[in-house]
Amino acid sequence: MAEQQFSDPRNPNSSSSDESLGEWPASVLAEHIRDGRLKAEEVAEYFLSKVRQRDASIRAFLRIDEEAVLRQARQIDLRRQQGEPIGPLAGLPVAVKDNICVGGEQTTCASRILEGFVPPYDAGVITRLKDAGAVLFGKTNMDEFAMGSSTENSAYFKTVNPWDRRCIPGGSSGGSAAAVASGQVPLALGTDTGGSIRQPASHCGVVGMKPTYGRVSRYGLVAFASSLDQIGPIARNVRDCALLLQVLAGHDERDSTSIDRPAEDFCDRLEEPFESLTIGVPREYFAEGLDAEVEQAIREAIAVFKDQGAQVKDLSLPHSPYGVAVYYLVATAEASSNLARYDGVHYGRRAEQYEDLIDMVCQSRGQGFGAEVKRRIMLGTYALSAGYRDAYYLKAMQVRRRIRDDFCRAFSECDVIVGPVAPTPAFLIGEKVDDPLAMYLSDIYTNPANLAGIPALSLPCGFTTAGLPIGLHLQAAPFAEETLLRVARAFERATTWHERRPSFPDATES
Amino acid sequence: MKHHLVIGLEVHVQLLTRTKLFCGCRNQFGLPPNSATCPVCLGLPGVLPVMNRRAFELAVKAALALNCEIPLFTKWDRKNYYYPDLPKNYQISQYDLPLSRNGWLDVESPAGNRRIGIIRVHLEEDAGKLTHDEQGKGDSLVDLNRTGTPLLEIVSRPDIVAPEEAKAYLEEIRLLMRELEISDCEMQEGSLRCDANINVHVAVPDGCFAATPIVEIKNLNSFRAVERALKYEASRQIAEFEKKFGKEWQIREGQPREFAGRLVCPVMDAERGQPIPKATAGWNEDRGVTVVQRSKEEAEDYRYLPDPDLVPVVVDPAWLDEMRSQLGELPAAQRRRLQADYALTAYEAGVLTAQGRALVAYFEETAQTAGDPKEASNWIINDLLQVLNESKRSLADLPLKPRSLGGLIRYLKQTGLNKQRGRDIFARMLEKGIEAEQAAGELGIQVVGDESELAEIVRRAIAANPKAVADYKNGKKKAADAIKGAIMRETKGMARIEVVQRLLLEELEKVPSDEKA
Ligand SMILES: [Zn+2]
Repeated sequence: MAEQQFSDPRNPNSSSSDESLGEWPASVLAEHIRDGRLKAEEVAEYFLSKVRQRDASIRAFLRIDEEAVLRQARQIDLRRQQGEPIGPLAGLPVAVKDNICVGGEQTTCASRILEGFVPPYDAGVITRLKDAGAVLFGKTNMDEFAMGSSTENSAYFKTVNPWDRRCIPGGSSGGSAAAVASGQVPLALGTDTGGSIRQPASHCGVVGMKPTYGRVSRYGLVAFASSLDQIGPIARNVRDCALLLQVLAGHDERDSTSIDRPAEDFCDRLEEPFESLTIGVPREYFAEGLDAEVEQAIREAIAVFKDQGAQVKDLSLPHSPYGVAVYYLVATAEASSNLARYDGVHYGRRAEQYEDLIDMVCQSRGQGFGAEVKRRIMLGTYALSAGYRDAYYLKAMQVRRRIRDDFCRAFSECDVIVGPVAPTPAFLIGEKVDDPLAMYLSDIYTNPANLAGIPALSLPCGFTTAGLPIGLHLQAAPFAEETLLRVARAFERATTWHERRPSFPDATES
Repeated sequence: MKHHLVIGLEVHVQLLTRTKLFCGCRNQFGLPPNSATCPVCLGLPGVLPVMNRRAFELAVKAALALNCEIPLFTKWDRKNYYYPDLPKNYQISQYDLPLSRNGWLDVESPAGNRRIGIIRVHLEEDAGKLTHDEQGKGDSLVDLNRTGTPLLEIVSRPDIVAPEEAKAYLEEIRLLMRELEISDCEMQEGSLRCDANINVHVAVPDGCFAATPIVEIKNLNSFRAVERALKYEASRQIAEFEKKFGKEWQIREGQPREFAGRLVCPVMDAERGQPIPKATAGWNEDRGVTVVQRSKEEAEDYRYLPDPDLVPVVVDPAWLDEMRSQLGELPAAQRRRLQADYALTAYEAGVLTAQGRALVAYFEETAQTAGDPKEASNWIINDLLQVLNESKRSLADLPLKPRSLGGLIRYLKQTGLNKQRGRDIFARMLEKGIEAEQAAGELGIQVVGDESELAEIVRRAIAANPKAVADYKNGKKKAADAIKGAIMRETKGMARIEVVQRLLLEELEKVPSDEKA
């Protein structure tokens, strides 16, 4: 079992110090908490101390209420002592991206327009986390309304990449990925509309997964593009990712797009070897724009699979090059409608000075939204306008169907599709802020999975010479999360990339 | 000037569901402002709509009753526009794949039985209500209780040819919706709303018809207002046409459109050579005029978008059959049956049907017990309906059961009692819930049935009215009525009128004609 690699802090002969707690997989922490070897409060204290030490430089968290964290942890300990059942995530800190509603706590989507907005309801996933005994561990930074690939579009501050603080952590779930990568929290929730979990996971060297559309309830997720948005797990390894997904997945009658189908056990057969495995490699993925070091890492990853006896199938996803164009029409069209409600009339930010109703709405939105959000609202409004709707939105919907058909064909020939998550490793902060198109192209490999609704995952598969992580992109057929996780775990078992950690000054202090 | 009115109505009816269309809030009129709201209908971030199946069921029933085709696949769309009574700034509605289309409704209009086409019936969510400060400067208030309540939109074809017909169409829709318990259709409470589109096709010399620009009339608060506004607007358009045609307005040579067997060309702006855009007008009830507000130079762009939060609805044909079987007999069929089975006139059948199924059932039972449908219909239309209207009671609350009313009709026929006596008995029956004979007894009405007794009364009356007898004998046959009146007074109306008639004539014959007073 994997957990034997880890020392027990209670064992005086163990070489471990408190510091080693952060190295434990969440699944091991959970077991120790469940059987009483470790207190949830100790775990919470440990990670809070990491936040205190590290987040001043990483800036992954928008808000974290230490008291609330400790209160939840003590509650778990109390319940355990009283012999009450505690859930599969009991005592595990989980950071939550700030576009997921937690009842009674501010949810801003890193936007000025929702500053001070406190939802009176928990998102479906939050209810599930609470029921599973998780300790909600602060709200993480993100691109405003999840629009961006670098977390630079946060209205509050920029988050940096734990591997190189001059670089972006990726986005839009940059806060969640950076928090996990920097050891401030073992698990986090991200949301993925066009790659917003996988791309930051890739850039931060952690595991991030976008489940099948409909697998996880969107109730309480502040919508960016409803037909593409999915909530998913971010963790340091595949097993932890599976553990968290297990809790998130399932039907929610409050979300009519959530699929009424019981989730399989994602952890049970995780270590089971494959009798046969076919890896699909689309030739479109190795085109112009792909960084040489990234390409090298992906080719080596394919070789790892081959060494393990996998068949490698060369295939084509002919419509995937249109993914970005289709994505930016569909996503912006939906966003233009989804974000119309932020008008300062009923809740959220209202401009202080205005002349009349129209002016009030214009001023409130003008002041409340950042540049990228405005750009996308305008793009989407344009794509839906009379005279353009057919040429843009409807055409995009047609191509979207083709992209889905491409995947459908591909999965009749292979179990998973392998490729890069992003064309380049994490870029410098500020490098692409003035070039939205270049920024959009960083999602070129991740957009199609959202358009097709299929599950996809990023896990570490190498590092650049400069020391930046490179992510491997695995995509599978709808509802094939179990296969996806097993393939990812098989890769992880054969490699050591996931064991690398960014360095922190505080690590040397202890 | 020869002309035809072309009218199309867009009707919105609120559905009688317990809860709103996409959330669990109460769907009820008259609650304290903003008390029936939740995160979903307030449009808070992150929450999602879930379709109310009951609302969909009622909408499909309405569409079936309006003879529409029901496709097996229908979806929801967002209609995007900014307004403070719309918290999401889009309305969930149906755009290109509505739940039904291509229906019709048969209407008893002054022009006879007419079939009005229905373009589509679809379901959408209602908006909230804004209250503006009348003084002008103050804030506007928003009540979101109505936000998200289910609303059915019924769009007719421009098949309606007269304001009276528009009213008849609305009455028929209201009847259908009430009968099927889809909506209570109270225009005062806004549970039925109507916008009317109207223009006029005016005959022009070359055999063509010129079509005036379409005007959509809003702010119609009653069926009477619809009728009045259409009448006013039609004459306004005709007057405008007479004033402008050949000057500011012209029709361009070209391909006329065929409409209702006519060749029609729209009038153009003579200067710009462009068709004149559709305009919106408000109906001013107090002044009795339509006020044209704005012309829709640029059609509003609602940027329709399939709602990604809601899955499309796939309709099961078996379920559809079940819905169809639940409709029962609809008013048009009922009217036809009442005429055919009971020999009622179209008017009578119309009046009875318009009161609803319960009254029709009441009529049928009365008719059967009475053995005389015509009398049953007369009693119900002339007497029972008046009681219902005046007392505001429902048929079910009435102590007078149809069997008893039938019994009264039979009793009156047997006894020959006159209508006035019948009404007295009817009133007593209503009051006490008793049968005709008992009521008559309580009223002291005893039919003078014995002919010899009656003959005596007749002879007394003849003796007491020598002037009338003389007149009668002198050929003034009408004079007998005076004697008959005296007899009826004497018998307090309790004598069978035809027996009195016969005996009187017999006794008058016996009086010698040369007898002088
Ligand atoms: Zn509600």
